Amino acid sequence: MSQPSNVERDEQFLETPPLTEVKVPRRNYLNDGTTVRSWLLTLDHKRIAIMYLVLTMVGFLLGGVFALLIRIKLLTPGPWLFSANAYNRLFTMHGVVMIFLFLIPAIPGVFGNFLLPLMLGAKDVAFPKLNLFSVYLYLAGAALALWGLVHGGADTGWTFYTPYSTTTPAQVVPILLGAFILGFSSIVTGLNFIVTVHTMRAPGLTWFKLPLFVWGIYATAIIQVIATPVLGMVLLLVAVERSFGFGIFDPSRGGDPVLFEHLFWFYSHPAVYIMILPAMGVVSEVVACFSHNRPYGYKVIAYSSLGIAFIGFLGWGHHMFVSGESVFIAGAFSFLTMLVGVFSAAKTFSWVGTMYKGSVDFKTPFAYIVGFLFFFVFGGMTGVAVATLPLDVHWHDTYFIVAHFHFIMVGAAVMAYMAAVHYWFPLMFGKKYSERWGLSGAFFTFVGFVVTFFPQFLLGNEGMPRRYYQYPDHFQVLNVVSTVGSWILAMGVGVTLLTLIYALIAGEPAEKNSWGSRGFEWRADCPPITHNFDTQPVIGPHDGPYSYHLTHGTASEAKHGS
Amino acid sequence: MNELLEGLGGALAPLDELMRKMLFLPERASTFAAEVDHLHYFIITLTMISSTGIFLGALLLYAKYRRRAGHRLAEAVHPPAWFEVSILVVPGIFFLLWFFMGFKGFVRMTTPPADAMDVYVMAKKWMWKFSYPDGPNSINVIRVPAHRPVRLLMTSRDVIHSFYVPELRVKEDVLPSRTTQLWFNATTPGRYEILCAEYCGTGHSTMRGVLDVMEPVEFDEWMQTQRMGLASRQDMGGPLNPDDESIGTLAQQGRKAAAELECFKCHSIDGSAHIGPTWLGLYHRNERLTDGREIFVDEAYLTRSMMDPMAEIVAGYAPVMPTFQGRMTAPQTAAIIEYIKSLQDDRIAQQKNPGPVYEPAFKR
Repeated sequence: MSQPSNVERDEQFLETPPLTEVKVPRRNYLNDGTTVRSWLLTLDHKRIAIMYLVLTMVGFLLGGVFALLIRIKLLTPGPWLFSANAYNRLFTMHGVVMIFLFLIPAIPGVFGNFLLPLMLGAKDVAFPKLNLFSVYLYLAGAALALWGLVHGGADTGWTFYTPYSTTTPAQVVPILLGAFILGFSSIVTGLNFIVTVHTMRAPGLTWFKLPLFVWGIYATAIIQVIATPVLGMVLLLVAVERSFGFGIFDPSRGGDPVLFEHLFWFYSHPAVYIMILPAMGVVSEVVACFSHNRPYGYKVIAYSSLGIAFIGFLGWGHHMFVSGESVFIAGAFSFLTMLVGVFSAAKTFSWVGTMYKGSVDFKTPFAYIVGFLFFFVFGGMTGVAVATLPLDVHWHDTYFIVAHFHFIMVGAAVMAYMAAVHYWFPLMFGKKYSERWGLSGAFFTFVGFVVTFFPQFLLGNEGMPRRYYQYPDHFQVLNVVSTVGSWILAMGVGVTLLTLIYALIAGEPAEKNSWGSRGFEWRADCPPITHNFDTQPVIGPHDGPYSYHLTHGTASEAKHGS
Repeated sequence: MNELLEGLGGALAPLDELMRKMLFLPERASTFAAEVDHLHYFIITLTMISSTGIFLGALLLYAKYRRRAGHRLAEAVHPPAWFEVSILVVPGIFFLLWFFMGFKGFVRMTTPPADAMDVYVMAKKWMWKFSYPDGPNSINVIRVPAHRPVRLLMTSRDVIHSFYVPELRVKEDVLPSRTTQLWFNATTPGRYEILCAEYCGTGHSTMRGVLDVMEPVEFDEWMQTQRMGLASRQDMGGPLNPDDESIGTLAQQGRKAAAELECFKCHSIDGSAHIGPTWLGLYHRNERLTDGREIFVDEAYLTRSMMDPMAEIVAGYAPVMPTFQGRMTAPQTAAIIEYIKSLQDDRIAQQKNPGPVYEPAFKR
């Protein structure tokens, strides 16, 4: 009681600097060394995060361009614009780039890296050099995969199903090796985060005072470390079969093609949770901050993250209901998949409940979260619907599946990513973006998203299989609607990007903790200094990441509030 | 009670049709379709209600608790225990309900009735080939009778394909070196598109076939003329004798293939022991393997035994059989299986198809 809490000390500090400091901005991680070398060899988790931000954004835009090209081709049922082979390469590139270069590294790489030490009250992650190494692994893997995609052009789809992938004349091996290396980048990041959470927490920061974003990242890291090696192994086996002719998966050489599906989905199903768990962490943070309220059921959210991480390992067989699985196995996987739905549902109710008796501020990050809630519930429940056996028989490998996972990957994960970018933008860059333009970007993104992907559910109902270059004529109307939607979506993303780039160049400086958050990361400067905090933060017994009962809503009021 | 339900079903028929059109579901042409669609309506309606409800709930809470000037401190509300329990239990109950409803239907969809008519399906890049046990083959067009159960025994020559007819609401992957099966009972005569649903390369999207569902009488006539056509192609002419071996049923083709591939050097067809197990009565027998497991001999096991003979050796026999992987075409595989199936002693031969390959799981 006698010791003033960290916030109070920081707030005192905030009030002391007089106007003289305006001309010479306080030293921060961005202006602490401006040479190229100081960036490329940095060990600062925040600079590494910014490098990830740039790299994953390039991946996102590249994958987006591929998607737009695919959608333009699908305007007509017959062949036009480019050949079937080019189309097959395009959707492979779209999948590989979006998953391995954007979705998997995006939130952990950017926000995990930036925020984890700040949220833990630490100077950096546990292994800063390993952290830098993960960026270069990512670069090497991305370069190899992209070189392979441009040079030989794999036409296998991102799933690399055997024996097609081991017999196609296209260049598959560089992409497999690229994904293999990217996997190691992911493992290294996960390992680093696990050790950081265990060993670097500030004095007084107990496990159940951890921000929920940390719980999400922690659960993700567990999956990254346990599941990714299986992907590495299976990709190497495919490469070995292709290069040396071993019969592992190709039945004409004595292999087993379904074995590949099992090994592949043993990673790739949990990989879905690698993409969505960090997004859930973002939602928990943003909802609490803009509701100015503690999460409604902290432990439900924290434990369900771990629950999803665990149960996520037991659902892979639901990708093979029509691949000759026995009825018993199919039933077991169907049942286990339903359990993931239960955890996700519990989280959703907790997020909505957080607004109850709160003080809700509808800013751009919050707008993305409202969109997230609809898309996530719809995408998640259609996921449980797909795990319902007779419905999967009809929907398997149709556009219904495409729509379902885009609802989760784009509607949920990308919306949360956008919310995160806007929410932590002032912290990362010390600049304010335009709220009006931010909201318009969000609006077009929602509308575009719904118009793009909702018709794809109906296409799947109607029976259009995925990965179709040509399609029967009666699917055309819905395809055209979906393509028009993709243009609106692209516009939304474009507006958002321009808004942020403009803010970066000409935005007003952001004052410290402009959202009035109680999150630990906001107790640092905006942007933070290189070692995050001037003094070691100590978390008092009544303090916590959501101690909103101590302050009012905005930063200006907060000064007078407590 | 049933009458009441039927009456209710009749009254709801227009609603049923409206839902089907709204969801863009294709016409229904199998006995599964209505049941699958009704489950679909139930689940999708719940999904729509829940997601819209959550969305509106969020907006309502925003309207009620939106930030106003001079707002108060947050109250540090803790959710009551009933809330935390119910957000786990209520969705759990619904999802379990979906699981049970789905599993029941799935068992039915994967359990072919004993009297199903078999058709062999061979997929390759990028075409379908269909063979009837009675002889005829066809490329990309499969003719089946309406109102009779049909079982497809499918295998691929190269990569994985998937047999999909949206109007039937059935789909099953077609795997190389394995036999998978799928059954349906078509209700409405007509021509339906067969789509390949598993990505298989350049021609994937044009690997389409036609399922021609015929009136049973027409189908029988067609089959007769096919057999006559086969007979005349083999210069037999004259009145049709279905027992005439030269007509060339699939089983007879299988015997020819087995002779060419020298299967009879090791396998007898009269029940006598030889280097390998006899083929007489082999189909649908329970065999004990060298590792102590007991296995039910079905199409899938027979295919595996030809392609990977060392994997499951019948107890008492030496592991000497070479693999026929790559040495046998998919039609030969199907023909030999059909031949082995025809080698039954009188007691078993009474039944055309002695039963489902997969027993319903709950009966085990």
